Amino acid sequence: MNTKILEASSISKYFHDPVTIQILKDIKLTVDHGEFVSIIGKSGCGKSTLLYILSTMDTDYEGDLIIDGVSMRNKKEADLALVRNEKIGFVFQFHYLLNEFSVLRNVMLPGLKLDKYKEKEVEERAYQKLKILGIENEALKKPNQLSGGQKQRVAIARALINDPLIIMGDEPTGNLDKKNSEIVFNIFQELSQEYNQALLIVTHDNEFAARTNRIIEMEDGRIIKM
Amino acid sequence: MNLKLIANVSISLLRARLKQTMVAAIGVTFSITMFITLLSFMSGLNDMLDGLIVNRTPHVRLYKEIKPSKVQPIDNSEHYRNHYNFVSSVKPKNERLDIYNNGTIMKVLNQDPRVLGVAPRITAQVFYNVGAIDLTGVINGVDVDAEARLYFFKDYVTSGNYIDLRNIPNSIVLGKGAAEKMLANIGDVIQVTTSKGERMQLKVVGFFQSGIQDIDKVQSYTSITTAQKLLGEPKSYITDLQIKLKDITKAPAVAKEFQLLFNVDAVDIQTANSQFETGSTVRTIISYAVGVTLLIVAGFGIYNILNMMIYEKMDSIAILKATGFSGKDVNRIFILIALSIGVFGGLLGLLCGFGLTSLVHQIPFNTAALPTVHTFPVNYNSKYYLIGIIFSIITTYFAGYFPSRKASKIDPVIIIRGK
Ligand SMILES: Nc1ncnc2c1ncn2[C@@H]1O[C@H](COP(=O)(O)OP(=O)(O)OP(=O)(O)O)[C@@H](O)[C@H]1O
Ligand SMILES: [Mg+2]
Repeated sequence: MNTKILEASSISKYFHDPVTIQILKDIKLTVDHGEFVSIIGKSGCGKSTLLYILSTMDTDYEGDLIIDGVSMRNKKEADLALVRNEKIGFVFQFHYLLNEFSVLRNVMLPGLKLDKYKEKEVEERAYQKLKILGIENEALKKPNQLSGGQKQRVAIARALINDPLIIMGDEPTGNLDKKNSEIVFNIFQELSQEYNQALLIVTHDNEFAARTNRIIEMEDGRIIKM
Repeated sequence: MNLKLIANVSISLLRARLKQTMVAAIGVTFSITMFITLLSFMSGLNDMLDGLIVNRTPHVRLYKEIKPSKVQPIDNSEHYRNHYNFVSSVKPKNERLDIYNNGTIMKVLNQDPRVLGVAPRITAQVFYNVGAIDLTGVINGVDVDAEARLYFFKDYVTSGNYIDLRNIPNSIVLGKGAAEKMLANIGDVIQVTTSKGERMQLKVVGFFQSGIQDIDKVQSYTSITTAQKLLGEPKSYITDLQIKLKDITKAPAVAKEFQLLFNVDAVDIQTANSQFETGSTVRTIISYAVGVTLLIVAGFGIYNILNMMIYEKMDSIAILKATGFSGKDVNRIFILIALSIGVFGGLLGLLCGFGLTSLVHQIPFNTAALPTVHTFPVNYNSKYYLIGIIFSIITTYFAGYFPSRKASKIDPVIIIRGK
């Protein structure tokens, strides 16, 4: 069985505004099943840009991206949305929860969109995920009634709802204090070790990165160490 | 597809902005209300004004006109066949005004499937004798029952009982204007003189008011028998056959056909009253134009609301797309929001429109010209309700179309990176 779940082959990216510059240069990387990978590098070196390409949200690049053995190159917008829905979970620096919905509903939304389980089951699963993150008691609150750390944990629960192949995070602890960062990081580690969940996390925190399985270091749009 | 989920998200977004959505919906409600009221009222008015003419006018009138013969003896001469013949001062000859063979014609007409009914008439020029002066007038000898059935005779007899005209011999229903001039009351006996000098006493049994003053000043009604007696003509004497058709639009063709078939003169309602249609059409166009304008304005309201909502919810849209909602899903969410505003506002508008129309229908409107009308006329045609709701759905769809498309094109990367 192929253990590669994500493979980037020679990805390059250009921005044309105001002048054409190359931000990513010939990026090659793979993430295997159950691997916990962190990406570090100086500010402006292209980490976020890379992550958005790997997450299929940015389609304007050269090279190829293969997720779960399938090339993402010539896929349509709706198909890419499906890939994100089913195979990728996201955690951003900002939580991006929808204040119109309860915490539980926020977690359920991608599950309802996937439409693989009945609504009741999705709800059941959402409770499970919230329990893993220790916030099942907040399920019926609105997101704006939670603390920053709690919101980020809800966002992680949302990322987990469809049992994704991989969770991607762009500085998921960037907005949190030391204590909450620690909690979030412990959760990632637990997911990796106990649930064999693959993770690809961009971070500035070298201490944090040191505790992952593998560190990818970037500089000036290139991977210099992996 | 996941319609339930999309509906769910739409409703939540709507609820978060309840006040603004209500304002947008009320815009639609208002415009639909006005649209329906305006059209119902205008159409009621049209029907009333048309009725003024159409109720009283036969669709096809068969009659005999005294006119000079088209064929002069010289035209029949072999010798002058290839010449131009000029005959001046041709006079009509003394022809009878009645329609020959009218019994047979009526029988044929009554069997014609296109014909709703035929009312025979006699028109006689008379003078009403009031003391020393004579007023000119016209007496119509009518078949009371046919007249009541086809031309709403009863509605126009404002005092007295129209049926007396049939039951009381030598009776007359006087035009209201004529009666006023003669100071005649119901039960009085008046005297008329025909153009040939015959005199006759007639008992007034009612007043007739058509709403058109010039007519009411001269016209009166008697039964056919009375008119025949007045003119000294036999029982077969009929000067007019007034035909009502099932389909008024066929009148011109039918008139032409009957003219040839029965060898009489025939005129159709469209030719006789070409002005009334123009008025109706213009009024209808104006009402539609106002209604549609109101709807378009309401459409802009919805457009604004959606644009604002999308601008505010940029982050939410981005995260929905990041977590697997496609552009199409997002598009549907916002179209659904627009449509629910439109449908909700529209349905409410139908109700309010009906309410306001009924209210207008209660407003007293009494005019001497229209004896049968006591309140503002309205037409509760379900057609306007159907058009109203369809229009509201179409306008809201278009109002929602562009904002929704914009929302569906939002690139999640730009927002997530922008924070
Ligand atoms: N839309 C854009 N147009 C032009 N240049 C851009 C655009 N977005 C990003 N860049 C440039 O691309 C480079 C990489 O940006 P990116 O956001 O990937 O950096 P990063 O490694 O995530 O930095 P940070 O650690 O500060 O988040 C930067 O130099 C940035 O100025
Ligand atoms: Mg970044």
